[in-house]
Amino acid sequence: MAQETDQIFVLLTGWILSYLPEWLRPYGLAVLGVVGVLAVYVTLFALTTWFERKGLARMQNRYGPNRVGPFGLFQPIADGVKALVKEDVVPFRADQVLHFLAPLILLIAVCMELGVVPVGRNMVLVDMDAGLLFFFAMGASTELSVFMAGWSSRNKYSLLGAMRAIAQMISYEIPLLLSAVAAVMIAGTLSLPKIVEAQSGFTDMLPHWYVFTPWGFAGALIFGIAASAETNRCPFDLPEGESELVAGYFTEYSGFKFAIFFIAEYIGMFSISSISVTLFFGGWGAPLSFLSFIPSWIWFFAKVMTMIFVFIWVRGTLPRLRQDQLMNFAWKFMLPLSLVNLGVTALWRFMNDDWQRWAACTAILVVSYVVLGLTGMRSQHVAPRKYRYAE
Amino acid sequence: MSPVFYLLAAITVGGGLAAVLLRNLIHCALAAAVSFAGLALLFLSLDAQFAGFVQFLVYVGAVGILIVFAILLTRNADEQEGGLFSRTWLMGLAIAAAVFAVLGWAVLRSGSVLPNQLASPVASVHDIGVALVGRYVLPLEIVALLLTAATIGAVIVAMHEKEGEQ
Amino acid sequence: MTPLTGYLLVAALVFAIGLGAALTRRNAILVLIGIELMLNAANLNLIAFWRYGPNPEALIGMMFAIFSIAVAAAEAAVGLGLVIAIYRHLHTTDLDQLNRMKG
Repeated sequence: MAQETDQIFVLLTGWILSYLPEWLRPYGLAVLGVVGVLAVYVTLFALTTWFERKGLARMQNRYGPNRVGPFGLFQPIADGVKALVKEDVVPFRADQVLHFLAPLILLIAVCMELGVVPVGRNMVLVDMDAGLLFFFAMGASTELSVFMAGWSSRNKYSLLGAMRAIAQMISYEIPLLLSAVAAVMIAGTLSLPKIVEAQSGFTDMLPHWYVFTPWGFAGALIFGIAASAETNRCPFDLPEGESELVAGYFTEYSGFKFAIFFIAEYIGMFSISSISVTLFFGGWGAPLSFLSFIPSWIWFFAKVMTMIFVFIWVRGTLPRLRQDQLMNFAWKFMLPLSLVNLGVTALWRFMNDDWQRWAACTAILVVSYVVLGLTGMRSQHVAPRKYRYAE
Repeated sequence: MSPVFYLLAAITVGGGLAAVLLRNLIHCALAAAVSFAGLALLFLSLDAQFAGFVQFLVYVGAVGILIVFAILLTRNADEQEGGLFSRTWLMGLAIAAAVFAVLGWAVLRSGSVLPNQLASPVASVHDIGVALVGRYVLPLEIVALLLTAATIGAVIVAMHEKEGEQ
Repeated sequence: MTPLTGYLLVAALVFAIGLGAALTRRNAILVLIGIELMLNAANLNLIAFWRYGPNPEALIGMMFAIFSIAVAAAEAAVGLGLVIAIYRHLHTTDLDQLNRMKG
């Protein structure tokens, strides 16, 4: 019984496909998989917008949306209707083609990222040999569309926001990749379902997740911080802060195109949380061995929603980082720490499995964290400002 | 010669042509990024998955952004006086056409002696990893050294001088 | 026309387009774009011969292409850094005007 609820979507797909002729089955499988994944993630997106507004509001000691339906649950529908009926204003001097293409390319790149994530046991859309590399390749394509959005609007604020966003994204991409490589080193494969399977054992009820090792803990923290920087979430949301830059690189977008940017940002957040859950938190595995009767896809989405809640919590708690503080943090703290993490992972791999390994790895990570924090994050001496006047 | 191949070839060649012929520099850079993406898809159609994804990650994600940043940092307010192409454009075009003619003639002429093996090779990431630290470890280390030197060199060359022109 | 011939012709075409860009455009950055297109065409050639060649298990073509991508990225970075430095001195990126050895 537990086995069937676990594989219910796989069995359902097989049953639907048995009604199709033989030559149509691959296409039918592709269509069913894509429709399923998109439906689930767009519903999650709607729920998350409500969740975020309620969560932030409660953290800020106010109510949040509570008019539209019970507890404001129909607020996403109201938002969607509003976005659809708003007039689509395109500035006269904007670059029409790029202005139109930018949100589409962002949405396409972000939705392609969802294709490699293993949502449950045997439930991955495409099982690629180099799945993690594909994910990071699609993540790199989002930067180009951010630039297109900012530049095509012919607006100073948009361009500034786009430049800041791209600088932030490429700076934090390196710690992201290096901390993911640590998990790949131990699992021995770039294929995401196999990385989840490598974490699926239990030693007297505790799981083998990578987050419960010193390098995995540091790696998960680095990956989480770099992930919130990649998706421009607070405290790294200088490119889109309302008090800084009107709305950053989507200033000139209104109506449905703005909604597409919004969807793309949230789905990007989902996919990067999914990857961090897959790499460090055991994917679709249960936390305690006697809880394995609960289906794998429920565990996966529970873990992803917990991570989203952590993102929302951090957004409600921390103030925004300034651009130079952000870049200093990336290059002088995160990058050396992720390199040390990589070295510690190698040490872990080749030492024998006893308490010395734990002690050595933890000691190296803590010492480097303290040293980097004291040296790399010293406050900058700000020189008196030089004013240049228009002549 | 499936329709997919023709479509990808059209995207690649079209992107390359647009990168050469367009007036606005940013459009040229974005067309070049489209061409790089088309080439990555051609690599994928040749069963070279790792190379295709690396091409996407490095070229579209990094080199494309680099070119765009360089264009934005070197904008002169007035566009080129004297047109897009240099004075010796005809000679350049003739040389490019001659090169294509020679290469195309060589390829078409030797069509009968070129190998035509159609079994798709399996190049798993594990094999590539083993090859990189086994047989190709020396090129790997040299490329690492080269990338370090290039990073430091690019930063030093493009850095603001301390006593500026203020 | 075998598939290999098709890929080689596409690579030759992209190479010629890159060469044309490097030889005819005035802006230094477009010359660098042309050079990147030429390197990409060479990579396509390498991968096509690896796929349709006699010994694909040795991974020679794939390795060559990956190293070539890395070297091309490094060279693009240094080249664009040079263009930025030149612009800072002479306030132009027009190659026809960079014809004096004067700082």
